[in-house]
Amino acid sequence: MSTTRLAGVLAFLLGVFVLVPLFINLTGRWDFYYTLTSVALLSVAAAGVWLTFYIGRINIGQGAYALTGGYVSAILITQYGVSFWLTLPLAGLFCAAVSVLIGLPILRLRGVYFAMVTLVLTEVARLTALALPVTNGAKGITSIPLPGELSLFGLTIIPDFSTLGNPKLAFYLMATVLMVLTYLVLWRIVNSRLGHLCRSLQQNEELSASIGVNTAMLRVLAYAISSFFGGLAGAIFVAISQSIYPSSFVVQDSVNFMLYCFLGGLGYVFGPMLGTLLLYFGWDLLSIAKEYQLLIYSGALIALMLVLPNGVLSLLDKKGGRK
Amino acid sequence: MTPILQIKGVTKRYGGLTANNDITFDVAPQEILSVIGPNGAGKSTLFKQIAGFVTPTTGEVIYKGTKISGLPPHKVARMGVVRTFQETTIFKSMTVRENVIVSHHLRSKASLLGFFFGSAQAKADEAEFGKSADDIIDFLGLQAIRNETASNLPQGHLRALGMAIGLATHPDVILLDEPFAGMNHDETMRMVALVRRLRDERGLTVLLVEHDMPAVMKISDRIVCINFGEKIAEGSPAEIQANPRVIEAYLGSEDAAIGM
Repeated sequence: MSTTRLAGVLAFLLGVFVLVPLFINLTGRWDFYYTLTSVALLSVAAAGVWLTFYIGRINIGQGAYALTGGYVSAILITQYGVSFWLTLPLAGLFCAAVSVLIGLPILRLRGVYFAMVTLVLTEVARLTALALPVTNGAKGITSIPLPGELSLFGLTIIPDFSTLGNPKLAFYLMATVLMVLTYLVLWRIVNSRLGHLCRSLQQNEELSASIGVNTAMLRVLAYAISSFFGGLAGAIFVAISQSIYPSSFVVQDSVNFMLYCFLGGLGYVFGPMLGTLLLYFGWDLLSIAKEYQLLIYSGALIALMLVLPNGVLSLLDKKGGRK
Repeated sequence: MTPILQIKGVTKRYGGLTANNDITFDVAPQEILSVIGPNGAGKSTLFKQIAGFVTPTTGEVIYKGTKISGLPPHKVARMGVVRTFQETTIFKSMTVRENVIVSHHLRSKASLLGFFFGSAQAKADEAEFGKSADDIIDFLGLQAIRNETASNLPQGHLRALGMAIGLATHPDVILLDEPFAGMNHDETMRMVALVRRLRDERGLTVLLVEHDMPAVMKISDRIVCINFGEKIAEGSPAEIQANPRVIEAYLGSEDAAIGM
């Protein structure tokens, strides 16, 4: 790793874990914690969407997995008394398993056909949540306890959130740590052979198969990793709001995940993270424009896509920047 | 000599259309065999069936004694039969070297997880791929454009790159789909020499589908001629040129095309 890149990463970590909490402490804008926690979690889900883009599939169905992950966590906690920390990986794994079953047939589709099917998935997930007895229908699952203590060999690693004076900060740290880990994994995937194979798939599936790549397996693998991220993000969202309803994640959310990737840049690992930050914050900031909020927001989106079709991060390329 | 590849009664029907009808021939190891025929004769369909992209309706393809028809392309490639594509099928936004390196997939000994965590085996694999890719690039004379993005390359180089991608899988049998299409005389002659070297220096068995008759006559050990999905002749270039059924198939406008 080059020194500039290392410096960049260190500056980023310093900003996220030291400067932001410091800034919030000084200004007293505690609501920023909630916003930034959301950004971190949304960018985890968007990272998954980005990975499906990387194999050449437009994924507008991440909301389905966020919802599924959220429900898995909520049900395990409230009905089976499982620790939140254990439900987190379980939610991810459950989503990955479901996505394998769904992905096997639908990943054979390409282009707009795959996109349309995934668009429907979110709605299917919502209707399923409404219909199943275990999800408690439209009433949803509420009063979910805050994450408990995580201890290993009697050693407390993470204290019980309900005993904390400032759970907002705790959630912020949890979400950002998860975000950093997610992007570390994503970066490693893209820069290892797995990523090169994904790129070969994105550019030409027939050729990829003829050089011996098991394209069906690779597509499902990438989609499963993608859904794993979606499930994780969903589970933490539920822990924060302590409740989940069938409408907690809707089609609009799925579309947003895709937009974050587009706007940040599909060619850049950190594109979805930046895209999420800009769009989510941008939307919040524009609330001062009241009834013109959506108009300005959409106008800015269209302008950005026209001016920077390869995403905001493509600005770096002109200076010979990094990928 | 035992054949390396046997095409046995391969028939492919699409609804009422018969693209290939009961085609049978053998390919000897290290042979250069061309499949010729007028447009729409079913040559490409035959190639797709050999490489696993299309499953024959009836009949089978046997490679070194094992049936390969019906297997998916990546399994056929793993066994050593690899197809290059008509026109310019490459990984467009990768450089030439990246194209060749990524195509070494079949040579990797480390697992994907190993590559993710950067295991010793994965590092050894990567080093080997790089070295082998450079060998192939040198072999095909692509040194000067090693780091060029593939989408910027002219036609002739793309064709060579397509071949490099095929070679990177280290096949025993390579299927070349119209390797001379769209080339001028000089380019064709260079490509003919190159295909010979594939056999002579790398020990490959070469199957090719081609329209350029002078080139086919020059390069082939044997030729199989297909018309309307059926094999109408098989033999040496001289035999094919003298075969009345072949002449009939090409009769009229294309008399000159088979080198008469």
